[in-house]
Amino acid sequence: MSCIERIEYEILLQGASFRESAEYIKKHFPEWYEVEPGYRLFDAHLIGVPPVVLGIDGDDVIFPYTKPCRGTFLLRANGPDEVAKLRARTKKKR
Amino acid sequence: MTETEGKTALLLLGCPQVPVQTSVAIHLCDQLRERGIAPVIAGTGAARKLIEVADPKRLYIGEVVDLDDCIDAIAEKQRDFDYAYVFIHNDGGVSYAGTLSAISRARLVGIVYGEHADETAASITFPCEVVATKATHNPMPVVVKLGRVLP
Repeated sequence: MSCIERIEYEILLQGASFRESAEYIKKHFPEWYEVEPGYRLFDAHLIGVPPVVLGIDGDDVIFPYTKPCRGTFLLRANGPDEVAKLRARTKKKR
Repeated sequence: MTETEGKTALLLLGCPQVPVQTSVAIHLCDQLRERGIAPVIAGTGAARKLIEVADPKRLYIGEVVDLDDCIDAIAEKQRDFDYAYVFIHNDGGVSYAGTLSAISRARLVGIVYGEHADETAASITFPCEVVATKATHNPMPVVVKLGRVLP
């Protein structure tokens, strides 16, 4: 079981492509960041096509999660530490 | 000794939903071994079992590892490969190839197959050699094109 499956999350999109997930985040969340694939979030390395877009809403992180057989899910999970880590990065996009 | 002798190759398998994946992967292992390259297969539980059952004496395959563990090791710079072949038949496969393009120094090749191979190949926008064919059950179109991307 992956680390992501051990946390509480809400599924925002299911069966979307990585591109659709990135567009959804940019459209619905005013604060978003670009990271490289492999970025460590909730103790897991993110899978995706560079750049991977992550959104922030309050203390929640919105992020794509890819499973080989089931495609990409867009998830929302509470993570104030992850939010702080993202905000500390210099690549703030919006 | 050839220039490929002693090198390593990762075969990153996707969901085994499309039949050609397992036989092409075993064929590719054989071709790599012929060149002195050690193949390492990473895949989901089902993809690994299909491979291991098809080659019980491991005449062709070598090390077989969990997909997530393999990505973790590469991302943490604990391991890397000289070549990486990613088996792609859906958006998830493209995402895994995109990840390797960012975290690995391997020469990256996307083996794209399945009904929507052309559209899937077109979505690969990062540095990656691509061989694409609409093969689903017959592995031969993929095998023929593999010759273009073997070292």
